[in-house]
Amino acid sequence: MRRVAITGFGAVSAFGLGVPAFWEGLAAGRSGIRTITICQTKGLVSPIAAEVPDFDPRQFVTEEQSLILDRFSEFALVAAAEATASAGLELTDEERTRAGVAIGTGMGGAARQDESYYQVYVKNQPRIHPFTIPRSMYNAAAAQVSMAHGLQGPTICVSTACSSATHAIGEAAEMIRAGRADVMLAGGADAPLAFGVLRAWEAMRVLAPAVNGDPSRACRPFSRDRQGLVLGEGAGVLVLEDWDRAVRRGAAIHAELAGYGATADAGHITAPGVDAPARAIGTALAQAGLMPDQIQYVNAHGTATRLNDSTETTILKRVFGDHARRLAVSSTKSMHGHAMGASGGLELIATVLAITRGVVPPTANYTEPDPECDLDYVPNQAREMRVDAAISNSFAFGGLNAVLLVRRP
Amino acid sequence: MADMDRLERQVIDIIAQKKRLPPENIALDSSFLDLGIDSLDGMDLLFAFEDTFNISIPDDVAQQMKSVRQVTEGLRQVLGERAVAAN
Repeated sequence: MRRVAITGFGAVSAFGLGVPAFWEGLAAGRSGIRTITICQTKGLVSPIAAEVPDFDPRQFVTEEQSLILDRFSEFALVAAAEATASAGLELTDEERTRAGVAIGTGMGGAARQDESYYQVYVKNQPRIHPFTIPRSMYNAAAAQVSMAHGLQGPTICVSTACSSATHAIGEAAEMIRAGRADVMLAGGADAPLAFGVLRAWEAMRVLAPAVNGDPSRACRPFSRDRQGLVLGEGAGVLVLEDWDRAVRRGAAIHAELAGYGATADAGHITAPGVDAPARAIGTALAQAGLMPDQIQYVNAHGTATRLNDSTETTILKRVFGDHARRLAVSSTKSMHGHAMGASGGLELIATVLAITRGVVPPTANYTEPDPECDLDYVPNQAREMRVDAAISNSFAFGGLNAVLLVRRP
Repeated sequence: MADMDRLERQVIDIIAQKKRLPPENIALDSSFLDLGIDSLDGMDLLFAFEDTFNISIPDDVAQQMKSVRQVTEGLRQVLGERAVAAN
């Protein structure tokens, strides 16, 4: 069976552009969550998010190109460009036919649709922009990345809510293992910050408010006083490559993507299960040929809702037994927010960097232990430690679970 | 049912309609758990209460609403605050 190397990555996040800024923020335990500036927020209970600051697409694309690009596609393009550059990826025409793209998204061009509905229903405009559909369709980001890099192999979009990027990366790795592609640009992108979308999330009563006017303290995963999630946006894209190809061309291999598990709760549309997520972790371990006690770090789904964090703790204890207490577990969502379909991409990058840098990013805003969450969540401060193998969890609404396992090359 | 007030009857009617239960099966002390109302159903009910009474139920009040009696108490609190604000 072919093996999968991770040879590059790119990030657009609440810390701005690029993996260096992203990692610097995480390693410092700093939250990128702030008051929303890019859309109307009047009347919202919690007008905060992990918004990408000062994003100017014109730095990257022409005015003509930007007409057909939604914000989530722009994020994906910027992250993909960084990923391919950092991987030193140069492909021949022939190789491009065996290189593809898998970009997940939870809501695609939701903000663009929101704006269009406003024009149609409120402004009674007889026509809206003809690019509305090609801009906002969910597969736009994957298609734009394939066009930008001339990649003509298997190219897909996965939409599994909060697990979108994790599924996209896992399925991309399977394509390489199966010999259907040699290189895949894989990850996720989302830009869900629009008034209508925020109202819809608010109605579910899962959004955390700022603390005494301070948005950066809103998201407190695994802490007893946690009050819910904070929406975010951005993109995380990785270069996955057939192992032998990466070795042959002398690429720097950051980590091996050694395991992937995907399962469904087949239970409740929003409440998380235990058995199926545990089975997804088990599948990833089995594919990698690792025992549970060979994992040192877990990048948790860790949304900071009451139910997710206690359930995820139960899942980890179920899979890892006594070793669960020796795991370093952190939720980086405390800092980069819940970037929806981009989360899994950003979180896998954080997980790989934990291996390569020997530093585990913390769970920020951890203020108070919860008896229902009694593991080591790396509170507030990054920890220097050797990580040889780690997993990244994504447990989406819909009960759709995806787990990726990476290990030191 | 005789000693219930108007608000309590309204709340029971809304729950009965939403959950397709006979109103007589819903008592003041029925918990959401007893009635098979999970967290998502609970949000749907909150939405219905907000719509019916034209109010906004804050999260901290909503979190205390896990039985019919708690719902009526929470609604009285929010409706009471509105009445005070109107004066």
